[in-house]
Amino acid sequence: MKKKVKKIFQSNEPYIFLIIIILGIVVQIRSGQFFTGNNIVDLLSAMIVPGLFAIAEFMALISGGIDVSFPALASLSAYATTKILLDKGYEGNVFLAFLIAVLIGALLGAINGYFIGYLNLNAMIVTLGTSSIFQGFMQGTLRANQLSVIPQGMKKFGTDSFITATNKVNGLSSVLPYTFLILIIVCALMFFVLRYTIFGRGIYAIGGNALSAHTAGFNVKRTKFIMYIIIGMIASIGGICRVCMMQQCHPTNMLGMEMNIIAGVVLGGVALTGGAGTLTGCMLGTFLIILVQNSMILLGIPTTWSDVFVGLVIVIGVSLTALQSSRTSRSKKKAVKEGA
Amino acid sequence: MNKAKSIYRKNPEVSRLLIIMLLWLIFMMFTQAEKFFTGRNFLTMAGQFPEYGLMALGGMLCMITGGIDLAVVGTANMASILSVYTMIHFFGEDGTMPMAFSVVIFLIAVLTGVVVGSINAFLISKLGVPPILATLGVNEFLTGLCIVVTNGSAVSSFPKQYCDFFSGNFLGFIPRRLIVFIVVAIIIWLMLEKSTYGTKLRLYGTNAHVAKFSGINTTALLFRTYITSSICAALGGLMMLATYSSARADYGSNYTMQAILLIVLGGVSPNGGKGKISGVITAIVLLKMIESGINRFRSVSTYYVTLIWGAVLILALVIDYFSQKPKKTK
Amino acid sequence: MSQSLLKAEHVKISFGNVHALRDVSLEILPGEIHCLAGENGCGKSTIIKIISGVYQRDGGTIEFDGKKLEKISPIDAINMGIQVIYQDFALFPNLTVAENLALNTELASRKKTVSWKNVRKIAEEAVAKINFDVDLDEKVEKLSVAQKQMVAISRALMSNARLIIMDEPTTALTKKEVNSLFKIILKLKEQGIAILFISHKLNEVFEISDRFTIFRNGEMVATGSTKDLDDKKFTYYMTGREFNDQIFVPENMSEKPVFELKNLTLEGAFEAINFSLRRGEILGITGLLDSGRTELALSMFGLKPADSGEILKEGTPIKITNPRDAIEHKIGYVPEDRLSEGLFLTQSIGDNIIISEIDKLKKKNGQFDLKKRDEEIKRWVAELEIKTKNPDNPATTLSGGNQQRIVLAKWLACNLDVLILNGPTVGVDIGSKHDIHMVLQKLAKQGLGVIIISDDLPEVIQNCNRVLVIKNGKIRSEYDTQKVSEQMIIDDMM
Repeated sequence: MKKKVKKIFQSNEPYIFLIIIILGIVVQIRSGQFFTGNNIVDLLSAMIVPGLFAIAEFMALISGGIDVSFPALASLSAYATTKILLDKGYEGNVFLAFLIAVLIGALLGAINGYFIGYLNLNAMIVTLGTSSIFQGFMQGTLRANQLSVIPQGMKKFGTDSFITATNKVNGLSSVLPYTFLILIIVCALMFFVLRYTIFGRGIYAIGGNALSAHTAGFNVKRTKFIMYIIIGMIASIGGICRVCMMQQCHPTNMLGMEMNIIAGVVLGGVALTGGAGTLTGCMLGTFLIILVQNSMILLGIPTTWSDVFVGLVIVIGVSLTALQSSRTSRSKKKAVKEGA
Repeated sequence: MNKAKSIYRKNPEVSRLLIIMLLWLIFMMFTQAEKFFTGRNFLTMAGQFPEYGLMALGGMLCMITGGIDLAVVGTANMASILSVYTMIHFFGEDGTMPMAFSVVIFLIAVLTGVVVGSINAFLISKLGVPPILATLGVNEFLTGLCIVVTNGSAVSSFPKQYCDFFSGNFLGFIPRRLIVFIVVAIIIWLMLEKSTYGTKLRLYGTNAHVAKFSGINTTALLFRTYITSSICAALGGLMMLATYSSARADYGSNYTMQAILLIVLGGVSPNGGKGKISGVITAIVLLKMIESGINRFRSVSTYYVTLIWGAVLILALVIDYFSQKPKKTK
Repeated sequence: MSQSLLKAEHVKISFGNVHALRDVSLEILPGEIHCLAGENGCGKSTIIKIISGVYQRDGGTIEFDGKKLEKISPIDAINMGIQVIYQDFALFPNLTVAENLALNTELASRKKTVSWKNVRKIAEEAVAKINFDVDLDEKVEKLSVAQKQMVAISRALMSNARLIIMDEPTTALTKKEVNSLFKIILKLKEQGIAILFISHKLNEVFEISDRFTIFRNGEMVATGSTKDLDDKKFTYYMTGREFNDQIFVPENMSEKPVFELKNLTLEGAFEAINFSLRRGEILGITGLLDSGRTELALSMFGLKPADSGEILKEGTPIKITNPRDAIEHKIGYVPEDRLSEGLFLTQSIGDNIIISEIDKLKKKNGQFDLKKRDEEIKRWVAELEIKTKNPDNPATTLSGGNQQRIVLAKWLACNLDVLILNGPTVGVDIGSKHDIHMVLQKLAKQGLGVIIISDDLPEVIQNCNRVLVIKNGKIRSEYDTQKVSEQMIIDDMM
């Protein structure tokens, strides 16, 4: 039992969780507003899109790759979907939007997957390149501009309330839209896939040792290919959720999100070298960054300071992780010595 | 034919880019000769690339170590904002700045570079933080600071003598920004090819562990590398200041990716250990030509530039893949 | 006549213009321990890959269990009961022991989902076969090398193996671990499983195998019963050369020590180490893998600075807190693991040679003196007879022996007083090993103080004039190598 507890504290998750709790208490003390229904709801709804992106990035990192193209990919597929539906004057519900976006996402993800999986090219460079291509295609070929009107179904989906929480003190109420359910579903689904399917274990295996994965009988190329397709699909779902929640489609305002997402996932204990990390950690790390960004006002700090604090959290967080990992490797050596 | 092959083999990264460049120039000759092939066009191009070109030159060094510098844009904006506030502090919002004061401006940039570079290098070499995360965090932090001091808006009321001078030309036709770029490029070339630094850098990038075992002062090496990169970025910021004639926290936000793209396209391996300045400079010139060429076509959206940049990057990788393949099966 | 389990005859394969295997034959009887030996590049690994279906042969016949096999795919090989345990074990460091053990079975079952209950059951069965006691939920990266090997063996046994091929399984094991590995091998033999044991360590071949086969340059040069083999024959078959190994006798030893340790201690690794080394001497330090010998080497070179005690150079105390200090005081270190600690594999041979003296190759104005660089490279390539056409080629183009020479050259170029070598001939061919020994002896005679840290006892006895035995971080004994037997040292080590 003791051993199990020790094992848990060797990973990042409990520390991140602790930091989140401490931060919450600090905000609560300063403002008395943290543990209010509407604040929690605000935080959860801010988590939806980054959470989806984080799940996508998580897979890429676990396999030993990286994806910096997902914001461009999501922007392109969300924009194209919205545009198509608007042009056709579509009035139905949101499912068609998700369906189209997922198809486009799969197609775009397949481009990444082909180059990274089948040609075995460096994932960072490939996605850097495709990111440029997707963005260029969206703004050049599709001549994307801001769409301030979006189809009825999407609009409704983004505003309909799943949970509404009202703050009794100031009377502010916040709405958690149904998109939150999408995050929960995707998260649960990917948890299942990564833990209980051969495909999911293949992603871990490839991240641990791609060569052994090949000799063990995994189809490494195909696994990577399919994985990038799934990443494209999840990113596109994130894109549509964003459009629905913002009630408009802005082609470029998701661009540049990739770095904070990667930082969040890594803060949660996912190794850049591949193979190591859990979905829980990934979500906690992402949540920490959202929390810092969203707690500025409650703490009475002008929002202009938000980047400063997020930057600090990243720097301090990754420094501690680095220090901790060098310490455990040292203490491990010592333990071996003592055992001998 | 064989001779051409051996030249290609000797420096495949540069040759590859030169071939693409040649094809592009031929294409432009048939389509837009009179507009593209003018001295003025080439000079305009030469005045535009130093901003991100400088960032790419410095970032190249980091990538040869197997690291990366994602803090270039934050550093650049920090330097330009600090410079602007210094000008305002000494000469007022609408005063005149004596040209000699430019030296101070450059000193500010260098100093910014030294500070930022040291922070990056400290995180990477002393704490063992992966470079991608260390510089990413620092970038976010710097951008944040820039937003805080400027309140998020552009600062454009300040003495413009500096901007006028550096957006102008030397001898009436050579852009002064190009001269800054060339000077920095020569310094980096000397560092890489004519001093022991270059060899140490490449060897460190191949295997940091062995470098330590061989007695290389790896900490000093990383400090030197990241400081150089940050100074280059800060100088890039000064060039941006000259172009825009104002400073703002989020100028050039896509230059990070652009700089990395240029470095990789120039044949620097992201795994470290390999890279030449000639490759990166060729990449800078090539991409500028493509960008400028596309802009000659009225009907084509300028956004196609981004698309083509990405396509060129992937094309270069794919060419590399297929040209190396037969060697492997042997 | 007993029916052979595996019979490969006149097997050929070439890659491009390189004939990796010209004509080799290999016969393995059921339930025997067969040792395959040969120098690096002789075709040992190639034949394994042909048998296990990774490569397809260009000619020759292979029979398994009396059946002629035309084409072998990796799956065929596994289904027939052929299992290979590679040197890196092909494990997944980030996954648990249980999952590593069960993954192959799960994959083979062609199911799409994983049942963790099933994984555990498979894993428990697997470790039970060799009574391997391990925490199944531990991640493999946290295990010791020997434990990882046990995981690999357990995994191999799961699929009703009839022939297990072990590729140099003892390289990273301590003596104790080797002994327990041998016990397991013998147990497998009892169960009727044949073992093909790849090694170039003479004593292991004698200790464990029933029969042997030796390859050289892609050809089979000898095969037979191990009983009929002796030292001399073994070396001759391996190399095609005969060596007269010279026992090292120091000449021109200096009066005063060049290098001394006084009470050097590093907590958890070694304590109160005292010795002195004179110029012209070769001092051996030996001990088990976990005796603290490697940490001692690292401390002397500044990679793991000692907690207390003194290091003296020419009688004056010096501080060594990093490798640069050591180099400054003319102390060099040839690391244990040449590939991951000693060489920049993808960089040029030349740069590898000059890197440690690079700061001395500057012109007065601070520029890199490229002419001097090239002269140095030329000099050391010639001096150590490094076999290369062009020193601009990457170090990967060289054989293990020549690579080790680069590492030596790198240090000699620094004009050292003291050279510390940790396992200088691990993974080096017998031929190159002999040459490296000769180089070291010559250097000592020229006035270099040499420390060889090694558990290759014949190497230590032959090349050192004194030997220190370390056990549990303390010096247990010191011997004159002329007056000591291997057994005496082993008794002290254990």
